[in-house]
Amino acid sequence: MSGKKLQHLFVHLILLSGVIFVVFPFAWMVLTSFKTPGEAMLIPPTILPENFITDAYSEILTALPFAQIYMNTFVSAIIITVIQVALCSMAAYGFARIDFPFKNGIFVLLLSVLMVPGQIFLIPQYLIIMNLGLLDSMMGLVLPNLFSAFGTFLLRQFFMSLPKELEEAAILDGCNRYQIFYRIMLPLVKPGIVSLVIFTAKFAWNNFLWPLLVNTSPDKMILGPALSSLQGQYTTQYPMQMAGAVMAVIPLIVLFFIFQKQFIEGVAQSGIKG
Amino acid sequence: MADKKAVVANVPKKKATSREKKDWIAGYIFIAPVTIGLIIFYIWPFIQNIWFSFNDVNTFNVATWCGIDNYKRLTGDTEVFNAFKNTLKYVIITTPVGLFFSILLAALMNAKIKGKSIYRTLYFLPSVTMSAAVAMVWKWMYNDQMGIINSLLRALGGEGHNWMTDPKTALYCIMVIGIWGGVGYNMIILLAGIQGISTSYYEAASIDGAGPFAQFFKITIPMLTPTIFFVLITGLIGAFQVFDTVYMMIGAANPAFEKTQTVVMMFYRAAFSYGEKGYAAAISLFIFAVIMIVTVIQLIGQKKWVNYD
Repeated sequence: MSGKKLQHLFVHLILLSGVIFVVFPFAWMVLTSFKTPGEAMLIPPTILPENFITDAYSEILTALPFAQIYMNTFVSAIIITVIQVALCSMAAYGFARIDFPFKNGIFVLLLSVLMVPGQIFLIPQYLIIMNLGLLDSMMGLVLPNLFSAFGTFLLRQFFMSLPKELEEAAILDGCNRYQIFYRIMLPLVKPGIVSLVIFTAKFAWNNFLWPLLVNTSPDKMILGPALSSLQGQYTTQYPMQMAGAVMAVIPLIVLFFIFQKQFIEGVAQSGIKG
Repeated sequence: MADKKAVVANVPKKKATSREKKDWIAGYIFIAPVTIGLIIFYIWPFIQNIWFSFNDVNTFNVATWCGIDNYKRLTGDTEVFNAFKNTLKYVIITTPVGLFFSILLAALMNAKIKGKSIYRTLYFLPSVTMSAAVAMVWKWMYNDQMGIINSLLRALGGEGHNWMTDPKTALYCIMVIGIWGGVGYNMIILLAGIQGISTSYYEAASIDGAGPFAQFFKITIPMLTPTIFFVLITGLIGAFQVFDTVYMMIGAANPAFEKTQTVVMMFYRAAFSYGEKGYAAAISLFIFAVIMIVTVIQLIGQKKWVNYD
C-alpha cells in the first residue's frame, strides 16, 4: 500500500514540475504587467509587484488604438467563425449525404488544399485582395478564411456516421433536402459543429501572418500583429508589453475555461478520427 | 448515358430520375459556396504560384517569364540553404523531444491519481494562447540583463547568458518555446489513444506477471503507435512552418538572425520585404516539396513500426 502511495507521490512530483514549467511564463507575464517600468528592470528582480499598478494597461490604450484593435479582432473572429462553420456544414452535408455527378472528383480536389502548406497560397491571395482594393479592410482580413477544406472534411465525417433511415423517413414525410439538412441533420452533428467553432475561433483570434500582411494601419490591425508593433515601438517598456500580451490571451483563456470539455474532446477526437 | 428505350419503357424510373436531378441540384447548391471559395482563394492561387515561380515578378507585381532562373538561383543561394538547415534542425529536435514529453505526460496522466483534470487544464493552456503574446513573454524572460532566467542563474551562483543574441543558443531558445507550446496539445491526443486501449491486454499481462514498465513498453507503446504516428506527422508538418515566434523574437539586426531564420521567414522576406515574389514562389514550392518528401518517407516507414489491428 505504501509502495503505491510512494508511486503516486512520484507521479505528482513529475507532473507538478511540468506544470511549473508550463504555467510560469503566464504568471510572469501577469506579474510584470502590474509593475512600473522601473521595477520591472530591477536587478535582481522582485517577484511580486511592490504595488499592483495598472498604469501599463491604461498606457497601452493610448499608445495604440487598442480598443479598436480589440474590436477588430473580435469582429473578424466572429465573422470568420460564423460564416466558415455555416458554409462548411452545408458542403459537408452535400458531400456526405447527396449523390451527384463528379462528387468524388470535386471532393478530392478540395481535399488537396489540406495537403499544401499555407505559404503556397499567400502571394496570389495577397495580390487578389490587393487588386480588389481590399487591403487594410475587414473584408480583406476575413475573405480567404471564410472557406475551409479542413472544416468541410471534419464535418463530413460526422454527417457520414448518421443512419440513412433518418433521411429516408423525412423524404417520405415530404421534406425537401434543405429542410432535412437544417431541421434534422444539422442538430445531430452538434458535437462536430462545436469542435469546428472552437477550432476556428481559436485560429481566427490567434491568426498572425495573413493579418500582418494585409492590415497594416494601426486602426485596422488585429491583436497578433499589433503586439509585434507594440514590441517594436516600446522596446523596453516591459510592463506595457506584458499588459498587451495579457489582454491578447485572456479572451481565449476565459473561453477555454468555460468550454474546457469541448476543447479537449475536440482535440482528443482529432487523433482518433484522423 | 441511360438507355433511352429503358427509360421510355419504365415510367416509374423516369420519375425517380427527375427526383434524382432535383437532388443533384440540391447537392451542387450545398457544396457551391465552399467549392467556389476554395477554387478562387486556394486552388487557383496554387496554380498561379507555380506560374509565378517561373517568372520574375517585380515590385509593381508585373510578371515576366524567366524560365527556371528562380530555381537555379535557389540551388546556389546560401541564405536559403542556411534557412533550410535551421528549419531542419528545429524539426529534428523539437518533434522527437516534444513527442517524448507528450508520451511521458500522457502515461503519467493515465495513472489513477487525484487532480487529473487540473493538470490537464494547465498543460493545455499554451495551446489556446496566441504565439505572438507567448513569444513576447519568452523574449522578456530570456533578456540578458533583466530576464528572470538569467536572474535565477545568477542567484544560483551561475552566470547570465545573452540567450537570444548568441547565434549558438538563439535557435535552441526558440525550440524550447515550440516544445512548451505543443506538449499539452499532443498529450491530450495521446491520452485519448491510451484510454482507447482495451484493458483486457493489461489484465492478461498482469496475470503473466508483467510489471508496470514491461506493460508500458510491451502494450501501451505498441498499441499507441497509430496515435504516435498521427502526432508525429502533424508535428513535423507544423514544425517545418514555424514563423510567428521567430518573427517576433529575432529582428533583422539580431546577430543570431542568420542562425535562426527559418524557411517560411525567408519566404516572407523575399516576397514582402524585398518584393521578389517570383523567387519567393519558388522558395514556397521548395518548402512544399520537402514537406511532401518527408511525409511520404514517413508514410512508407510507418509500415515498419505502426500497428494497425
